[in-house]
Amino acid sequence: MLGAGMHPWGKWGRGFVEYGTVAARAALADAGVDWRDVGSIVGADTVRGGYPGYVAGATFAKALGWQGARVASVYAACASGAQAVSTARAQILSGIADVVLVVGADAAPKGFFRPAGGDRADDPDWLRFRVLGATNPAYFGLYARRRMAVHGDTVEDFAQVKVKNAALGALNPNARYRKRVTAEEVAASAVVADPLRLLDICATSDGAAALVLSSMEFARRHGAGNPVRIRAVSTVTPRFPNTVLDLPDIATDSAVAVEPAAETFRASIARAAYEEAGIGPEDLSLAEVYDLSTALELQWYEDLALCGEGEAAKLLREGATGPGGRIPVNVSGGLASFGEAVPAQAIAQVCELTWQLRGTAGDRQVTGARVGITANQGLFGHGSSVVAVR
Amino acid sequence: MTYCPIEPARGKLLTFRQIQCEGGTLSRTRTPVVTGWFTGEQDAFRLLGTRCSACATVFFPREDAFCRNPGCPGGELAEVPLSRRGRVWSYTDSRYRPPSPYVSDPELEWQPYTLIAVELESERIVVLGQTVPGVTVADLTVGMEVEVVPGVLNEDAETTWTTWHWRPTGVTA
Ligand SMILES: [Zn+2]
Repeated sequence: MLGAGMHPWGKWGRGFVEYGTVAARAALADAGVDWRDVGSIVGADTVRGGYPGYVAGATFAKALGWQGARVASVYAACASGAQAVSTARAQILSGIADVVLVVGADAAPKGFFRPAGGDRADDPDWLRFRVLGATNPAYFGLYARRRMAVHGDTVEDFAQVKVKNAALGALNPNARYRKRVTAEEVAASAVVADPLRLLDICATSDGAAALVLSSMEFARRHGAGNPVRIRAVSTVTPRFPNTVLDLPDIATDSAVAVEPAAETFRASIARAAYEEAGIGPEDLSLAEVYDLSTALELQWYEDLALCGEGEAAKLLREGATGPGGRIPVNVSGGLASFGEAVPAQAIAQVCELTWQLRGTAGDRQVTGARVGITANQGLFGHGSSVVAVR
Repeated sequence: MTYCPIEPARGKLLTFRQIQCEGGTLSRTRTPVVTGWFTGEQDAFRLLGTRCSACATVFFPREDAFCRNPGCPGGELAEVPLSRRGRVWSYTDSRYRPPSPYVSDPELEWQPYTLIAVELESERIVVLGQTVPGVTVADLTVGMEVEVVPGVLNEDAETTWTTWHWRPTGVTA
C-alpha cells in the first residue's frame, strides 16, 4: 500500500467523478507516484452516475488524463471497493502490473436507497420494495430485534455504539459528522425501523477514497522499505443453504434438504481472511467494520470472533472496542460518522488501516497498531474483508 | 386492460386474473401483486413455493428452472403450498414512507405498517411479509405463532393488488 487518499465525506452537490479524481490525486501524491507510471486502474462502480458510473475505471482514467493504463471496473454493491482492491492485488501478484490505482466514489441521493427504475419482477431488489416496501433500514431493524430477543442486547447498547463512533468521528477530518453524540440524543431521535432510530442508522453520503498498490519489489525500488502490506482479501460468497435473511431477499434458503454450515455467511467472510493472512482475531490491533446500523456493528464483533456469540454487547460495555481498548473497532468513526458512499466505503476502510498501521492517524491513532482487518458485506451475497499488516 | 407486472404465466392465478379482467366489470379486479406466489381464499389461502423432486429443497420465491442446491443432481420443480403457520423470527416496522416502486398515496398521511420474518418449521425457511393492518410491533414477540392470510397491498383505479399478510394466531380480523 504505497498511498491512500480521500475526498471528505458530506453532501457537496457535485459529481462522483470530481470526488474520485480528488481522492486519486491525493493517493498518488501520498505514494509519490506519477499517474503516468501507473500500469493499471481499477474503478469501483456506482449505479447512481449513469453510464460513467458503470465504467468507473475508465471514467477516472479519462479524468486523470488518458495515459494508456490497463483498466477494470467492478461492482459488488457495498463490497465493490474490496473487489477493486482484490482485482488490483491479483494483477500485482500475477505480475501483469507493478503499480495499480484503485478508486471508488459516489454522489448519493437524498433519503432511502431505491432500486433502479422500471418494472422488473425478476429482480429481488425491485420486488422487496414493490411487494413489502422493505427498505434497507427495515432489514437492519429485523436484525436488531433478533439480537435483542436472542442475546438480550438493549437499545441502550445500540446507542452506545453510536456514542463511541461519533466521538471517534469527531477526530477524523474526512468524516461527514464531526460532533459527539450522547445516548440521550440517540434515544430522542425518531424511530425509523423499530427498534432502530435515526441515529442508529447510517446516512448516505458523497465521498471518495483511493489507494495506490504496488508489488513489494516496486515499493523497495521506490524507497518504501517497510510499507503497509495487504495479507488477505476475502471475497467469499454464501454457502447453500444461506439461512440468515439477507438483503434484498424476501426469504432465506430452505434448510430442509441440506444441513446449514455451522458458521454464518458473515462469519465465513472473516474466517477466510484470517486463514489467508495466517492470523487470528487475537492478533488484531484494530478492526473497521460495516456499521450500517449500530446493532450491525455488534454483530460484526461476533462474526470477526472478537468475542463469542451473544457477547458483543458485553465487549462494548467493557470498553474493549473503544479507544485504548483491547481491540478498538471503527476508530475512523465508522459509517456512523461518514455515512455510506457505497463504492468508496470499503476502500475508505483500507485507507484507515493504512494510516493506523503507519502510525499517522493523528488524534485517533491506535498505539502500536500492527495488524488491522476490515469487514463488510454487499447485497446479493458479496463478502469482503481485507487484512493489512506492518 | 389491467396491467399485470409479472409475465411468467403459470397455473391458475393468471387464468383467474384473466377471467376477472375479461369479465369487463366496472369494479376493480383483484390481481396478485406477483403471479404464482400465493393462491386461495380465506382459510384455503396459501403461499406457493416449488419443491425439487430430487433433493426435496423448497424454494420461495419459487424457482421453476433449476434447483439451487449445489449438491443436487437436479430434479423436477413442482409447485407446493407452504405451511400456513410459522413462528416470528423477527419483526420491525416502517415509520417512513418507502420509495417507489412501493405504492402509497402521497396525499395521505403515512401510516406505518409492520413487517415480520416468519420461520416455517417444516420447510426450514424464513419468509418476510407485512402483518395484517392494525398489528403493531408492540403486539409481537419473537417466537410467537402467526398464520398467513390474504391481504390487499394497494388499490388503483382498476385494480386491487392482493398480497399475503401474517396475522398472530388467535386474532380474528
Ligand atoms: Zn434439488
